Amino acid sequence: MSMSTKLRTNRPPVRADVVPLRHWGRGAFAAVVAIVVVVIANSLATNPNIEWSVVGDYLFDDNILRGLRKTLEMTVLGTIFGTALAVAIAVMRLSPSKIVSGTAAAYAFFFRGIPLIVLLILIGNLGLFFKNFTIAIPFTDITFWSRPVREVMNPFRASVLGLSLAGSGYMSEIVRGGLLAVGRGQHEAAKAIGLTSGKTLRHIVLPQALRVIVPPLGNELISMLKASAIVSVIAGGDLLTVALGISGRNFRTIEMLLVATIWYLLVIVVLSIGQYFVERKVAER
Amino acid sequence: MRGDDVAQEPMVELVGVSKHFGHHQVLYDVDLTVQRGETLCVIGPSGSGKSTMLRCINHLEVISAGQVRVDGNLIGYRLRPDGRLHELHHRRAAEQRLGIGMVFQHFNLFPHMTALENVTLGPIKAKGVKRSVIEPYACELLQRVGLGDKFDAYPSQLSGGQQQRVAIARAMAMRPPLILFDEPTSALDPELVGEVLDVMKDLARTGGITLIVVTHEMGFAREVADSVVFMDAGRIIEDGTPAEVLGNPQHERTRAFLAAVLH
Repeated sequence: MSMSTKLRTNRPPVRADVVPLRHWGRGAFAAVVAIVVVVIANSLATNPNIEWSVVGDYLFDDNILRGLRKTLEMTVLGTIFGTALAVAIAVMRLSPSKIVSGTAAAYAFFFRGIPLIVLLILIGNLGLFFKNFTIAIPFTDITFWSRPVREVMNPFRASVLGLSLAGSGYMSEIVRGGLLAVGRGQHEAAKAIGLTSGKTLRHIVLPQALRVIVPPLGNELISMLKASAIVSVIAGGDLLTVALGISGRNFRTIEMLLVATIWYLLVIVVLSIGQYFVERKVAER
Repeated sequence: MRGDDVAQEPMVELVGVSKHFGHHQVLYDVDLTVQRGETLCVIGPSGSGKSTMLRCINHLEVISAGQVRVDGNLIGYRLRPDGRLHELHHRRAAEQRLGIGMVFQHFNLFPHMTALENVTLGPIKAKGVKRSVIEPYACELLQRVGLGDKFDAYPSQLSGGQQQRVAIARAMAMRPPLILFDEPTSALDPELVGEVLDVMKDLARTGGITLIVVTHEMGFAREVADSVVFMDAGRIIEDGTPAEVLGNPQHERTRAFLAAVLH
């Protein structure tokens, strides 16, 4: 028996209404979730131990706003310096020289491995184990510039330095991933039209790596904002330091933490919106 | 250094070129001379070293032994008065590549740039030509390869054949006396091969430019090439006119290869 392919069918189409499936379980679970949310919100709003008026009083307090500004400054500076360091470390890791790539790998390992709080305490107390910052020719007596560590370092600078170093460790891995994502063919095509390796990096590799790098870098900016709260251990003058300082005087610890929380969340909302637009811009093409 | 009678220098000259990757040798003592304005097709089974030989000509691969000369100049090295070959600084190597265009199997267009930007990048960034000077010429080239309406298209918006034609325009924009083609149609859908070959035929017939084409397109080789070399296992086995190599092969391996691809 032979089968022949048919392009037509003789069966008439079924003409009937379609009844969508009802998701009873999904509806029930949504109701449970809604109830839980309402209960939690209510317990916060009506909690006799939280005086929301105090939260309101301090939300726009001058000291709080000054602390918020410091937090934003150290986050932005930490991200800028951290990213610059990260690009340098990532490029060094791809160096053919084992000493260069090994040093970069050790750098990334150290600053990714060490807890931020430990790093900040170490940097905050740098004066205990280094007396002077010196620019000189090593192993000679020739010195160009030297200043005591205690004069150069203040809590704010120590915070920025700590955040930059810690951030650069993570970000160097992100940048390296981005650089490696640009295929060998792109390097070869750039070489073939006579571009030097520096120009290849600038015009071909980095612009393409950026598409891979920018989204996680946005997340890194947000985690840096949150991490900046840790500088309160060296009295960095940031939002949390200020909030805790006020709570030490008015004994409204929970309220002051809520003030800080509201500001952190607000800034994160703004950053997330910015991130959304930047990602969309980068993803074009 | 340039020879005295430049016109007499062959465009490309390989002398005793060997290449190995680790312990694996891919080129054995290859000699090759390509005259100015000539179109040479390199054929042979995959893994025979065709692409590696091509990539040695513009120093994308560093040769293990022998010498490569383009336009009379040693590629990648300089003979110093001490009688030894000194490896060139990578900037000098980059300068040498200004005169050697290359078209890749997988096009390797820059995906973050438009067709026009792909074509003008080399002249502007590597040669320092002004944008206002190169752009009209780049447009002319894109028109010549049949993409007059695609100046602002990104590579992802173009078909494989269109991308490869942009890549050819990109190579030509440098006004090189020599262009290397590394299996330019092997990654294309069959119905797109013709449009790329047509552009290459146009280039070969206009003359003036030396073309070295690693290819599996025997029809193209027969029709367009001035000479053909057959490579196998890292050696040039046979060379001559298309009629000689393709029509009347002398070596058993050439015959076997042609029988397999033409059948």
